[in-house]
Amino acid sequence: MSLHREFFEASLPRFAVFTTLAISVGGLVEILPMYTAEYDEAAMAHISPYSPLELKGRDIYVREGCYNCHSQMIRPFRSETLRYGPWTRAEEYAYDRPFQLGSRRIGPDLQREGGKYSDDWHYEHMRDPRATSPGSIMPPYPWLLEDSYEVDDVKASVVAMARLGVPYSVQEVANVEYAVMEQSGDIVARLAEKGITTEPDREIIALIAYLQRLGVDGRAFIEENQ
Amino acid sequence: MSSNSALPNYDDAIVKKFIVATLIFGVVGMLVGVILALQLAYWPANLGVPYTTFGRLRPLHTNAVIFAFTGNFIFAGIYYSLQRLLKTRMFNDTLSAIHFWGWQAIIVSAAISLPLGLTQSKEYAELIWPIDIAIAVIWVIFAINFFGTIAIRRVKHLYVAIWFYMSMVITIAVLHIVNNLALPATLTRSYPIYSGLTDGLVQWWYGHNAVGFLLTTPILGLMYYFLPKAAERPVYSYRLSIIHFWALVFLYIWAGPHHLLYSALPDWAQSVGMVFSLMLLAPSWGGMLNGLLTLRGAWDRLRTDPIIKFMAVAVSFYGMSTFEGPLMSIRSVNALSHYTDWTIGHVHSGALGWVGMMCFGMLYWLVPRLWNTRLHSVGWATTHFWLATFGIVFYIVAMWVSGITQGLMWRELNDDGLLAHVNFMDTVVNLIPFYWIRLVGGTMYFTGMLLMCWNFFKTMTSGAPAISEPAPATAK
Repeated sequence: MSLHREFFEASLPRFAVFTTLAISVGGLVEILPMYTAEYDEAAMAHISPYSPLELKGRDIYVREGCYNCHSQMIRPFRSETLRYGPWTRAEEYAYDRPFQLGSRRIGPDLQREGGKYSDDWHYEHMRDPRATSPGSIMPPYPWLLEDSYEVDDVKASVVAMARLGVPYSVQEVANVEYAVMEQSGDIVARLAEKGITTEPDREIIALIAYLQRLGVDGRAFIEENQ
Repeated sequence: MSSNSALPNYDDAIVKKFIVATLIFGVVGMLVGVILALQLAYWPANLGVPYTTFGRLRPLHTNAVIFAFTGNFIFAGIYYSLQRLLKTRMFNDTLSAIHFWGWQAIIVSAAISLPLGLTQSKEYAELIWPIDIAIAVIWVIFAINFFGTIAIRRVKHLYVAIWFYMSMVITIAVLHIVNNLALPATLTRSYPIYSGLTDGLVQWWYGHNAVGFLLTTPILGLMYYFLPKAAERPVYSYRLSIIHFWALVFLYIWAGPHHLLYSALPDWAQSVGMVFSLMLLAPSWGGMLNGLLTLRGAWDRLRTDPIIKFMAVAVSFYGMSTFEGPLMSIRSVNALSHYTDWTIGHVHSGALGWVGMMCFGMLYWLVPRLWNTRLHSVGWATTHFWLATFGIVFYIVAMWVSGITQGLMWRELNDDGLLAHVNFMDTVVNLIPFYWIRLVGGTMYFTGMLLMCWNFFKTMTSGAPAISEPAPATAK
């Protein structure tokens, strides 16, 4: 004890250095190995980066704080795979920046939301959650049906992601506007078939594109390898 | 007297500023919490506009209570006790002022940006990159002032409270900078340099240790200063304080992966996170015992002195939530508790029970001394204590029941081995009554907070003119 008193308590530098060491070990041991672990190649072959429109949808998902109520992580339990589909593989998150695993399921998990419902279901759900899901406590998001996104803003996201190492080709980075037009046009057309009239530059279109993409790539790989 | 004029006096003006900020942002942060509780019980309370939806307000609540309420309270306690423990004035008054005003500017920018939907979506690290840079700068300024004060100390040894403060100053800087490394895409949006589960692991290393080194170690430091002062008893065990300090700061850092159990994070990392969480029980209870046993010989005052009441209950809640935490980090328990309200209840037994009650105890001791007067009403303080205590009980019991109910319903299978509750909504509608009970508990706690503010307002306005307390002479 007197050793502690003389060695540490009488010396600020010593106390500060040893505290820094003590708090550094755990983080280094746990985080650094993540950079040596490698994704399964066969699985990665199925996982593609988000399209520019989906990336925009993801930005909206983040902006609205959807992660506060919805998780994106299916655990390996029978009760979860029955409810949500095959449990989540690490590769499926490879292009997720920031990650969206969430910490609370006030609403259901969304990791395999893609393809579960139609585009018009999502449109109606965002306009009035209780129209599609009676008893829901989710607030309505009518502004997503009115507000527009800017293609320049989408470009900025794609450029930043490419800089971070997401494998977008030079053409993909150059052709963001065309890719957005094409994908949003398809969604607007599908909505029109259901009698919903909207414009391709509405935020809801980008959000639908993102939600319909969730878990689709991974599901294809898992089903092929069953 | 003339021989004293060469001695430094303490800067208590800065402590008072931090206390006033604590009260203001405590009210704001808790009010937003009450609104969120209402929104879950009654969805129209989202008000139909983007800025007040649950998804945007919840980060405002967490950031406000963690960084604005608790942050300012910690700074107030540190600026008060550090000067006295080291028998010197703060290193530099300008740095103190920059720290104070810079921190408040960051809080205001958070209160504006989060409802606007400007967020990084990492829990308790939602603030966008320009604000993150400001936080790093202000934190470094605080660190210089903190270490500078220790460097010019007029005592030889550093008291245990200062060890805990130091662990916060160092660790929060490391956590904040590493977790927020990101590439800006626009002025208000950035993407992290980590992807997928690595990003998740870095975030929960941050998130868990923000709880550890902002809501735990500095509060323990404040406990080591203010609890012996209030109880007028020496710290129970010096030896125990050494052991539990080093064990706590070393073990805490490892426990982050318990937030990612059953995810696709490598199994070994999940196991390490769980095992270290279990080990964390020992140093946590070391701190609790050292606090409670310091009250030996002062227990009679539990009946009459609201300060002792607040502190004793705070330390008890610390013990309770640091038992519950390791329990919830056990895989099979986590399988049930994760993603449910049990987590929310756990967090609030720590936040309302430990942090909040410790803060109130410290403030009831500090405010009359700093404003050089007596507390306006001890009766109101006692009422505050009971409102807060029963408020917490309502809150956490409602969340236990709601969390375990929903967790069990999610996993319930029928005789055919299929989901008993196929429709997710069936598991939601059951929780609404408990959300109302939680709202009652939260409102009681918030009402107690308002009562304290009014009590302090009356106390402060009746105070005599402040005098600068000189540092005592020391035998060198």
